Amino acid sequence: MKLQSVIFCLAMLLSSTFAISAEKPLRIGMVTDVGGVNDQSFNQSAWEGLQKAKKELAVKASYQESKQDADYPANLETLYDAGNDLIWGIGFKMADAILKAAKQNPKQKYAIIDYSFGDKTPPNVVGVMFKAEEGAFLAGYIAAKMSKTGSVGFIGGMSVPIIHAFQYGFKAGAKFANPKINVLEQYSESFTDAAKGKAIANQMISKNADVVFHAAGAVGDGVIEAAKEKNKMAVGVDRDQNYLAPKNVITSSMKRVDSAIFEVTSQLKKGVFLGGTTQNFGLKDGAVDIAPTTSKMVPTSLLTEVTALKKKIADGKIKVPSSEAGYTAFAKTLK
Amino acid sequence: MKDLIFLFSTTLMYATPLIFTALGGVLSEKTGVINIGLEGMMTMGAFTASLVALKFNNPWLGLLAGGLGGFSLALLHALACIKYKANQVVSGMAINFLGSGFAIFLCRLFFDGTSMTPPLDLEKKVPVFMGQYSTVYVAFIATAFIWFILSRTVLGLRMISAGEHPKSTDSAGLNVSIYKSIGVLSSGFLAGLGGASLSIAIVSNFRPTLISGQGFIAIAALIFGKWRPVQTALACLFFGFSQALVIFIGGREDIHISSQLLSILPYVLTIIVLVGFMGKTTAPSALGE
Repeated sequence: MKLQSVIFCLAMLLSSTFAISAEKPLRIGMVTDVGGVNDQSFNQSAWEGLQKAKKELAVKASYQESKQDADYPANLETLYDAGNDLIWGIGFKMADAILKAAKQNPKQKYAIIDYSFGDKTPPNVVGVMFKAEEGAFLAGYIAAKMSKTGSVGFIGGMSVPIIHAFQYGFKAGAKFANPKINVLEQYSESFTDAAKGKAIANQMISKNADVVFHAAGAVGDGVIEAAKEKNKMAVGVDRDQNYLAPKNVITSSMKRVDSAIFEVTSQLKKGVFLGGTTQNFGLKDGAVDIAPTTSKMVPTSLLTEVTALKKKIADGKIKVPSSEAGYTAFAKTLK
Repeated sequence: MKDLIFLFSTTLMYATPLIFTALGGVLSEKTGVINIGLEGMMTMGAFTASLVALKFNNPWLGLLAGGLGGFSLALLHALACIKYKANQVVSGMAINFLGSGFAIFLCRLFFDGTSMTPPLDLEKKVPVFMGQYSTVYVAFIATAFIWFILSRTVLGLRMISAGEHPKSTDSAGLNVSIYKSIGVLSSGFLAGLGGASLSIAIVSNFRPTLISGQGFIAIAALIFGKWRPVQTALACLFFGFSQALVIFIGGREDIHISSQLLSILPYVLTIIVLVGFMGKTTAPSALGE
């Protein structure tokens, strides 16, 4: 008797699922990286973009969370089996898994945040890159102008191109604001070890830095904590991180993953899928920016300067470097 | 001088969660029960500590709750391994999955679907004493206390005999299961404190990646420390020191070593010391049975 009722319930459940799928809206799925969907960072931002698409473009959105790097292939497989029209991989760590899945399932559309396969992009994959350096440039400018000691710090997660964009964008912005500024730089070689972030930030503060900027995921919790304890300033990353230490986080270099995801989804809705290419979103597209809370912490005069800077960057009058070589060339123009 | 203070305080900061957790491992393994679920118990403790410290505005209650969070998972481990004689490694692995999964689940339940707790204000964190969070001192007191229990009390000696010779302990008319349970449960409590010392002292919020690997490093430390509480704490300090060294060298502008190479230093040092200087380590003879 019991078994029969269970089967009955299951049948009801299944039939209702089928009823929905019969209308055939676009189905979009995303796989988070190890941060999880509510990481207060880019995974969450990605999910917000899909939520917006769900509301405004009437697509069906779902996600799979990854607890460790080894989960990516299985999670991508799950979304493939669920019959999604487009599957997002959130974060460059998923690049290998996406590439493999794309080759296995050549008819399935994939997109990846923060990674470019360059010329080798499979025709069923879109790479999405952010000109993170442009946001970091603004953050660096603000940091240098706010610093009283003439020394600011950068803490990166891993020494990879995507983090270099933050590093050299920040450095360029800081030097642009004050050519004499001293920029301390250190890598944590981790995106999770908050204690390490805290120790590195403590060390920078003991070397007189009074603003610390991180592009290191959860390591940043420790960085911001150090600034909070020592009453120094910090700059957040990816999202508005002011809530972590309202008196200390003066600005955040935001990557609007949501804008990019929404953009690509609305293209797909119109039947456009730029497979085989990498799309670059920047300040001009509203896909990178500084946090709205900046106005709370930073004087109006500085904000006006930043607004003018934004326009110059969007117009291409300032070319923000995203690599060491680019930075060296940029630094020469300052002198 | 500034450098020395930095190295010293970073060593202590890094070592504290490991000391708590590794001591927990010592207590469990001394009674013969392998506990590789320390990581999961830490995660659970980190979450419950953060939750209670936030809701009750009291870091000490938070710390206690952290211990109880780990304890609750240890209860399952004890039940599985001691009462139902399940494979201890399998149960430990299950606890690791359960710990992180359950902590995230509860976090979502309490904090509007986010997998991260809101940050604690500075004054609501564990108080700072002489430049260090008080959890650091608690860790040292715990080390001394556990050393005393294990080597100077009847209870401790019986726990050890349950791990070395359970059959003869049994024939001496003692209930082996009780001593094993004490070991496992206190180990969960300590691992919970370890997690708490991260979420309410080192940083001020919990997130799922806060505990990533510390539980396993703690297991390495207890083997390194030959299952003895003081040596185990020293092993944790050694590991903390090598991390501090990595950060110190990485921040020097006159030394150029790639940060990738540097970051393997703690592990290389550990292997060198383990192979070169430690000699033979012997586990409790009835471990895992």
